[in-house]
Amino acid sequence: MDIPLSWYLTLAAGLFSIGLFGCLTRRNAIGILMGVELMLNAVNINLVAFGRYITPEAVAGQVFAVFVITLAAAEAAVGLALIISIYRTYDSIDMEDINLLKW
Amino acid sequence: MITQIAFIGIALLTLAGAIGVVLARSVFVSALFLILSFVGVSGIYVLLEAPFLAGVQLLVYVGAVAVLIIFAVMLTRDMMSEETPFLNRQWGCGGVMAAVLFVLLLLIGFIADWPVSSAKPPEDTISALGEALMGKYVLPFEVASVFLLVALIGAIVVARER
Amino acid sequence: MQFLDNLFLNISQVIRNLVGGFLPDWGVEVVMMTVAAAVLVVIAVVTMMFLTWMERKVVGRIQDRLGPNRVGPFGLMQPIADMVKMFIKEDITPREANRWVYNLGPIVVVPPAILALAVIPFGRGLSGADLSIGWLYLAAVASTSVIGIFMAGWGSRNKYALLGAMRAAAQIVSYEIPQVLSVVGVILIAGSLSMQRIVEAQNVWFVFLQPVAFIIFLIASVAEIERSPFDLPEAESEIIAGYHTEYSGLKFGMFFLAEYISTFAVSAIGATMFLGGWRGPVLPGWIWFLAKTYLLVFVVLWLRGTLPRIRVDQLMNFAWKVLVPLALANLLVAGLIAAIINPAETPGFWTFIGFLLGNLLLIAAVVMVGVLRAPEMEASEAAVVGAKGALAGQ
Repeated sequence: MDIPLSWYLTLAAGLFSIGLFGCLTRRNAIGILMGVELMLNAVNINLVAFGRYITPEAVAGQVFAVFVITLAAAEAAVGLALIISIYRTYDSIDMEDINLLKW
Repeated sequence: MITQIAFIGIALLTLAGAIGVVLARSVFVSALFLILSFVGVSGIYVLLEAPFLAGVQLLVYVGAVAVLIIFAVMLTRDMMSEETPFLNRQWGCGGVMAAVLFVLLLLIGFIADWPVSSAKPPEDTISALGEALMGKYVLPFEVASVFLLVALIGAIVVARER
Repeated sequence: MQFLDNLFLNISQVIRNLVGGFLPDWGVEVVMMTVAAAVLVVIAVVTMMFLTWMERKVVGRIQDRLGPNRVGPFGLMQPIADMVKMFIKEDITPREANRWVYNLGPIVVVPPAILALAVIPFGRGLSGADLSIGWLYLAAVASTSVIGIFMAGWGSRNKYALLGAMRAAAQIVSYEIPQVLSVVGVILIAGSLSMQRIVEAQNVWFVFLQPVAFIIFLIASVAEIERSPFDLPEAESEIIAGYHTEYSGLKFGMFFLAEYISTFAVSAIGATMFLGGWRGPVLPGWIWFLAKTYLLVFVVLWLRGTLPRIRVDQLMNFAWKVLVPLALANLLVAGLIAAIINPAETPGFWTFIGFLLGNLLLIAAVVMVGVLRAPEMEASEAAVVGAKGALAGQ
């Protein structure tokens, strides 16, 4: 317990912001997906850290993290399937080219 | 003291990996940095006395999600040439947004008065976790398994060649 | 015998006392961990050298040859000669390769193999670290081995290397599932993920309680470590040497090292999970452990010397349509029986009968499915099922 809680929050905040940046600015669809994965990991760190520091006797934080990991795995599978499907249709995974619904 | 040094080392590794993910030109190298970041997060779970999650993190993220991403990179390769910029035109705007969010999150993290408890975590975390998943949280647990099945079938249907 | 049994524990105690004389408690811990890690690495390298010799000897005998016999007695010094050869080979980096990824690949491949040794109990109380998440740790570490292979395959900028890496990744990811699932039945009976606790729970070897699981584990493990008949990622006749086509000298040696340590590691895990680990009468525990492990290593080499390589389509079908359903069925049966007779409370004999009956029913069901479906299948597919049925029926 010699690590203060705020350290974990800082790490998670940094990871989340970097993930958000990647998500907003990468042109490659797979890069965007990786940004989402980073953000989910940041959320998980927060969940487990809060669970460990605020309610250590319950395991609720870890249980939630397990669910988030499950979700992230499913999200990656479906997201990548969509990307491959888009690649087949448009012959590109550059998000600048995929603008059918933009205007 | 040792745990603090370990935390700083692992945290820097994680963040460096994350920055690499965002700034690497090649998507494959991005994916490798992503793996570095995942391994770092696994180390953070060890420090947080959640060994089960550390194992699951490696197994699911490094062993499955990262492999899936690399497969997708290889199946869609040569799509982004070396000349085109790998970030879109809003990268300045996005950077400012991310920085503002980071500062906000930090402020909340440091200003708020978290009710930190000094109670001990359960001796056997793994069986406590198992009992929680099969007892109190059994409904979300079952829903999650159905959800995984749906995602599995959905992914196959979407990605199948017609 | 008592002395021999505790030989290594006594040595560790002596070192601990020696270091404890002039270092604080945390310093002693650090030194002890470093020593343990160093010992494991040395074991890994020595094992690799011995295994290369053993493989060449055993396969040589199977093929009616002598095997290495020039360097030293029985050719025992052959691995050292090979190593010297490897050291003085030219180190080549292809011009088109991505330097960083290409050079890091062989470095990333080795740690997962060595890390697996950390939790294996070599004897009573004799393991690098007895983690509470034992089996999960092993599965997690094993799953990271794909990354180095991907790096090697992609970094080489060679189509054969890329093909090999993608084959290897698909194979490892697919066979990991039945491998992990087959051991869950064992964990269910032992009531713990910790390797030492699993060994202590084996008053009856788990291979007798979970024979189907043992066979699934053996097949999936051989596929995991890409050894023949599952050596498609390195199939010489199709894709040269797969992901390590472009590597030479010491870098190639690293892939070699990882492969042989993995062979030893999965054999050790199999011996620990199913054959009672270090438990056995009269002889010291670590000798029992090594004997059982090398028995499984011999089986793996024997497979290589006997079976032809299978095809890519057979590979995936076999994993997803045969092994995974079988592992799930085995888990279901194990769970049902464990719910009916609590293995922690009922005496060993009834547990034994219960699980054996369950497994026999499972084998009967599998054979029936195989027989019913056999006419519809291609000859090759039927051969796979038939071979599996024969294995299961023994």
